[in-house]
Amino acid sequence: MKKTINNFLKSYLIISLLFFSFLVGSIAKAATPESKDTIKVVIMGYSGDNIIMQIYGELISKLGYNIEYTPADYIGQFAGLKSGDLHIGSPGWDTTAKDVMADAWGSGTVLNMGNIGISVFEDWWYPLYVKDKCPGLPNWEALLDAECAKSLSTAETSPKGRFLEGPIEWGGTGNLRIEALGLPLEVINAGSDAALGADIVAAVKRKQPIIAWTWQPYWLPAMYPGEFVAWPEYGDGCYDDASWGPNPDKTHDCGNPTGYMWKSAWAGGESIWPKAYDVWKKFTLDEKTMGDLVYKSDIDGTDTMDVAKDWIAENESIWGEWLK
Amino acid sequence: MKVLEISTRNNFFFLSLILIFFLYFFSNSFFSWIIEFPDLLKIPIAKYITIFVKWLIEDADFGLFTFKQLTRAIGSLLDAPSLFLKGFLANGFEFEMANGDILYIPPLSWMSVIFIFVTTAIWLKDYTLAFFIAISLLYVAFFDLWESTMTTFSSIIVAVIIGIIIGTILGIISYKSRNINSILTPIFDFMQTMPVFAYLVPALMLFGYGPAAALIVTLIYAMPPMARITKNALDQVDSEVVELGKMVGCSTLQMLYRVLLPSIRPRMMLGVNQVIMLTLNMVIIASMIGAGGLGYDVWQSLKQLRIGQGFEAGIAITLVAIILDRLSQKIAEQRPVYREQKTNFFKKNIYLITIFIFITITWACGNWFSFFYDIPENLIVSSGRFWDGIIDYININYHGPIRLVRDFFYIYLLKPFKIFMISVPWFVVVLLVFTIGLRIQGLALGIKCSMLVLFIAMSGFWEKAMITVYLIGVCVLLANLIGIPIGIIASQNDRVHKVTQVIIDTFQTLPAFVYLIPVIMIFSVGDFSAMIAVVLYAIVPAIRYTDNGIRQIPTSYLDAAVSVGCTKFQILRRVQLPLSLPDIMLGVNQTLMMGLSMLVITALVGTRDLGQETLIALSKVDPGRGITAGICVAFIAIVVDRLINAWSQKRKKELGLMNNV
Repeated sequence: MKKTINNFLKSYLIISLLFFSFLVGSIAKAATPESKDTIKVVIMGYSGDNIIMQIYGELISKLGYNIEYTPADYIGQFAGLKSGDLHIGSPGWDTTAKDVMADAWGSGTVLNMGNIGISVFEDWWYPLYVKDKCPGLPNWEALLDAECAKSLSTAETSPKGRFLEGPIEWGGTGNLRIEALGLPLEVINAGSDAALGADIVAAVKRKQPIIAWTWQPYWLPAMYPGEFVAWPEYGDGCYDDASWGPNPDKTHDCGNPTGYMWKSAWAGGESIWPKAYDVWKKFTLDEKTMGDLVYKSDIDGTDTMDVAKDWIAENESIWGEWLK
Repeated sequence: MKVLEISTRNNFFFLSLILIFFLYFFSNSFFSWIIEFPDLLKIPIAKYITIFVKWLIEDADFGLFTFKQLTRAIGSLLDAPSLFLKGFLANGFEFEMANGDILYIPPLSWMSVIFIFVTTAIWLKDYTLAFFIAISLLYVAFFDLWESTMTTFSSIIVAVIIGIIIGTILGIISYKSRNINSILTPIFDFMQTMPVFAYLVPALMLFGYGPAAALIVTLIYAMPPMARITKNALDQVDSEVVELGKMVGCSTLQMLYRVLLPSIRPRMMLGVNQVIMLTLNMVIIASMIGAGGLGYDVWQSLKQLRIGQGFEAGIAITLVAIILDRLSQKIAEQRPVYREQKTNFFKKNIYLITIFIFITITWACGNWFSFFYDIPENLIVSSGRFWDGIIDYININYHGPIRLVRDFFYIYLLKPFKIFMISVPWFVVVLLVFTIGLRIQGLALGIKCSMLVLFIAMSGFWEKAMITVYLIGVCVLLANLIGIPIGIIASQNDRVHKVTQVIIDTFQTLPAFVYLIPVIMIFSVGDFSAMIAVVLYAIVPAIRYTDNGIRQIPTSYLDAAVSVGCTKFQILRRVQLPLSLPDIMLGVNQTLMMGLSMLVITALVGTRDLGQETLIALSKVDPGRGITAGICVAFIAIVVDRLINAWSQKRKKELGLMNNV
């Protein structure tokens, strides 16, 4: 018995020594924020959005806040913001999340923190060589041509051409537009942004004609030469008034509306971290900067966190204002 | 008399089959309710579940605390050990001191971690493993995956340990009580067959975004095999062992800890292996809701189409799985050794002391040379371009023939089968399942299975369920058509056996997400890509069970066959295949389960099956929709599983194999 205790004490001694041996502690004079509670900052894994969130996250870390980057789904994040599980939302786009954002802001539990200053655009995109098969592009009427449709067709859609759209849950209206404008095309949905991108990139690399859903700012249209199809321009009423536009009997006979990127945050956090919320409200970036940052990440292959840190190192004059 | 009975039963079976086909072909001219399930009878199950979950989260209150507070508390309790481990391995610790300053203690350096793992392997006297661990961890270090790997290590180890403990306890309980067992078995079926996306939303709502929800989701998926295996092993403990325990006067607890559990240790290690593998399968999905680590690296490189980076991180996941698996197996093999007492303190603790010295030295050196602490940046490499290049090469140069094959499959196999499955009226399927169940076993099985099918019709997911059956059906068929012959060849030839073992081990642990992008790039979005991805994953059990089944046949049978002058082919056909048929059927069953678990991946490709339904539910944050779709998947699995099992039991009895195998 005595021996066991003895042994136990000795092992304990060693383990505690072990523990202290890497007590290579460094002591930092910390700034004192209003609350040490962790601020959960959403990241979605897209480079552009990641960079925005990481610039913001690193900036408020400078103020001494504890932050944590939490991965979440683009649409799904709003449920987390409502319940307070997530605090700072990744930017919502007018083009894809208008209703969800309006619902969240209307509920009173999520704050609209303003416009980032970057306009966004989502529509049908094609690589330049498609023009050879479908002369007349970017004008949408070029797509009415049967030869053009044939060059776009696959086994699934033949004899019609294929239009590759994003996942169903993004709520695309491709089939309504095809019907309204009488295009000889059929919608095929990719199951995820990754699948959509992979299919487009592979087609471009082998120079196969393709028309697909893409958006801006995004690395894909930046990396490969291409254009967006020019539709009858969107106007109020196109989506709900049939008489609007070239087809008097159908809605959706126009292009997609453009919009902006918006900042959101959990309403309950404003009283906990007022300074951090104030920084988020002031946070803006212009389109050119955003394009350069995304280029560094996607074309040069720099890690988004490094891109964010580099920007912070070089632009104190800009963010210094926000932290005041 | 008996012959007559069988023939009337056969006649009845064929008559009803004819009736069913008649119904199928002429259903148009009958009532529309045969084809389209009447809306009146549809139950909005999804809506009710959503209302229930919302009530749980928003209103359920126990007086002192709410339900949500309870789940959050459980979550942070479960999360605490992995946070602690992460402090050591990945993030370090931060303490706030009395004057408000922050004391930061960095994590163990990469050198120390490698040294600790390698020393452990040497202590276990497995030098090959020590070498393997050293190489793997160096790979991880120089491919710039160190921090992610350590994060994953910490959360995985904790998940595995909790999974083993809960699984063992549930296994013991089901062994003790038949009633509890009959409740738990179907629950385990659900846990293993529901697509993970189905319960991701409720888990998020109850446990919040972060590692806790990820841990819960992982446990749901990875724990059941442990419980099942423990229960089965306990059932099979020799009665003499139990008698011995009683004779020496063990109490119930002593019986358990001193007699029963030690005697099933080798079989429980199979459970541990399964828990480790399944936990690592969940790494990527766990990262989508906040677990971070290697899973997040794969997920992010997937979104940015960086095949090489995804592949590198995927390999790291496989390496982590192998290291954990081998280490745990080795530790379990350790028997208590009774050697002479060494009084010398240093001799006894030689390994701990070495580790201690190593850590202090590297720390001291780290003050002058950062090399000891940070992985030197100029040594970090990436194979990214290489993998991208291979895929581009295939894509650009071989697209013609690939497209031919793809279109052939699509036009002559996938499309007709899909159209057929969608066109079969629900009523016909219910009748068909009932008849088959009745034919194989009896009324009870027939009613049970047809009720499950009826539920799917009532839930309103009929068409998506049929697309699921079509897609997974084709995949299971192909996986077995390719896998079983490979398994047979592997069983006959040791060299082939070794090569296939390595390949299928890799495919089982390499996350399917890793090959999602290359598959889509080569075969583009569509059912064919989904099929390739599912077959790659589901083929593993078809090969493994066939190979093992044939290899496990006692040599006495083979000797007997040789002595009566069988040729090699005759032995295979007359002895090995029939005797291993039950194992092969088990493999078929497993391919189905694996196939269904891949619905998550097929949904990401873009199929219109139940997997897609769970994905939509995830983005709409609609718990009911996801769970209902998940239940439908589980029901499909259960129906097929019960029918196959009943059939193979019956077949085994007919062949008189029950006693031999």
